[in-house]
Amino acid sequence: MNKKRIAKKLLYAAITIFFVLVFNYFLFRILPGDILSMLSRSGKTTPEMVANIREMYGLDLPWYQQFFVYLENLFTGDLGTSFIYKKPVAEVIGSRILPTVILLGVAEVLAIVVGIVFGIVSAWKRGKAIDTGLLSTSLLLYSMPTFWLGMMLILIFCVNLRLFPINGMVTPGRVFADTWAYINDVVRHMILPMACMALVMIGEYAITMRSTMIDVLSEDYITTAKAKGFSNGYVLRRHAMPNAMLPMITLIAINLGLIVGGAIQIETVFSWPGLGNLMYGALVNRDYPLLQGVFLLTTVTVILANFLSDILYEVVDPRVKSMGG
Amino acid sequence: MGGNSVKAKLRKRKIKAFVSQVLANKMALFGTVVLLFFILVAIFGPLLVPFSVLEFGEVEDMLNPPGPGHILGTDDMGRDVLGYLIAGSRISLLVGALATGISMVIGTVIGIVSGYSGKAVDNVLMRITDFFLVIPWLPLMMVLAAILGTSIWNIIVVIGVTSWAGTARVVRSQTLSVRENQFVERTVSIGAGSGHIMLHHILPNVFPLVFANTILIAAAAITSETTLSFLGLGDPAHASWGMMLHYAFETGATSTGAWWYFLPPGLCVVAVVLAFTLMGYAFDEILNPKLKER
Repeated sequence: MNKKRIAKKLLYAAITIFFVLVFNYFLFRILPGDILSMLSRSGKTTPEMVANIREMYGLDLPWYQQFFVYLENLFTGDLGTSFIYKKPVAEVIGSRILPTVILLGVAEVLAIVVGIVFGIVSAWKRGKAIDTGLLSTSLLLYSMPTFWLGMMLILIFCVNLRLFPINGMVTPGRVFADTWAYINDVVRHMILPMACMALVMIGEYAITMRSTMIDVLSEDYITTAKAKGFSNGYVLRRHAMPNAMLPMITLIAINLGLIVGGAIQIETVFSWPGLGNLMYGALVNRDYPLLQGVFLLTTVTVILANFLSDILYEVVDPRVKSMGG
Repeated sequence: MGGNSVKAKLRKRKIKAFVSQVLANKMALFGTVVLLFFILVAIFGPLLVPFSVLEFGEVEDMLNPPGPGHILGTDDMGRDVLGYLIAGSRISLLVGALATGISMVIGTVIGIVSGYSGKAVDNVLMRITDFFLVIPWLPLMMVLAAILGTSIWNIIVVIGVTSWAGTARVVRSQTLSVRENQFVERTVSIGAGSGHIMLHHILPNVFPLVFANTILIAAAAITSETTLSFLGLGDPAHASWGMMLHYAFETGATSTGAWWYFLPPGLCVVAVVLAFTLMGYAFDEILNPKLKER
């Protein structure tokens, strides 16, 4: 593995994260009024609180020193205090990470598997009825606003068919006999939002997998493998698929940004108590410290994930290593 | 003058060939027809079905299912859903078009300058592009829109300035290959400035790609407007499909089963986005000869 290339990628990721920090800092300073007046608008404030905040954000210092105070607070995990929850932002965010990770994790795995299978079948049967069917389904899913798909799923499965609960993660006020009953209840709440998230992503994965697969299948080595007398299934599994999988690594990383967007919409529609729903709440209530905190966390996570996928790509694809630059 | 008329003729022939290819391509034709339909509705519809966001109906008109008088029913304020839908098509398409325009201009300029200048300029511009490419789009737009305030113009600017990175990348790589052509070298040797070369020699050569890319951005811009409005960042003074969906969700139309309130605007968004996507793919195939060989 080329250490120089990795160092360069790491530098780029660091620069992008620095951009995000600077952007985040200035964005929330151009707000009308300073943090103090925003806080006093949001509710009761005591002189002590005001003094605390003054010190915390270094409001008496010149602006460039305030920036360093901001960085220092950030690296010690201090993201400020939420206006609505009246608790440290880091604490509020921490309690919301798990539901989002569970929802997105399961949906992502499901979407990758189904999307890849759809793409391969489509490419292998190119031009046949099954290809046309899968391709139009994928394009349709790809064109749908995520939140609207969620609303339609609620209409069909919750209101008309009464199969699943409409919102939340557990039935409120219910006492559970044991852990299994609790898990069962959570799963029933999770099926629809998870299906919604997966459906949105399947369209894109299938379309991309189909087009890379078509590229790979037109390569000479596939013709050679077939000429050698290998069965279709063997050629597909051993010769075509490993090569077609490579672009998927990049796509999955790039898609993380889209998934974050999807999570905001789906968690809002289904009232799923995760980070997306938290960000929506912060937006509606104009809880700027909280909004800033969630924004920072999701952005930095996505940048780091992209960096990791670059590294992974380099490890998996031997051709990248030999290319310079 | 002579050279110009030859150029004009050549261009005319090229456009004619392009139009006939579009007509021959089923995907492109379908997309174009659907889009033309919505554009006509947006222009002439409000003349046929007058509508105002501020004209509320009587209590007995509220949230009525489709029936005589109101083909698509009424919303929670007693307004005609069909009228709302038609009025909304104007803003949805306008926001999409203007945001796409901004995005296309920024993306093309950054792509050409970056690709043509190379070195430090290229490096700086590409890091900025990376930033916009990698950063999750919805949180970024939400934060920007929340801080700038909710107005139709802010929404347009927010979508425009956050969605150009892909175009810049594509244009840059095309510029890099155009720059290596001999005619560019010759133009430099007779003393042409960088600005002249970028405008008159690079831009016409990257334009087909920009065109195909723009159509895909238009699809994303329409979805973005809908999503931002749905999340409560839209302009309450204007009717749009996203605002309809926002009000439908806020008033609980989903859980009460008032499907006529949120099914039609959603279908309109899907139809327009699908039309743009199909056109984008088809144009890419027509304008990008390499794809046809497959």
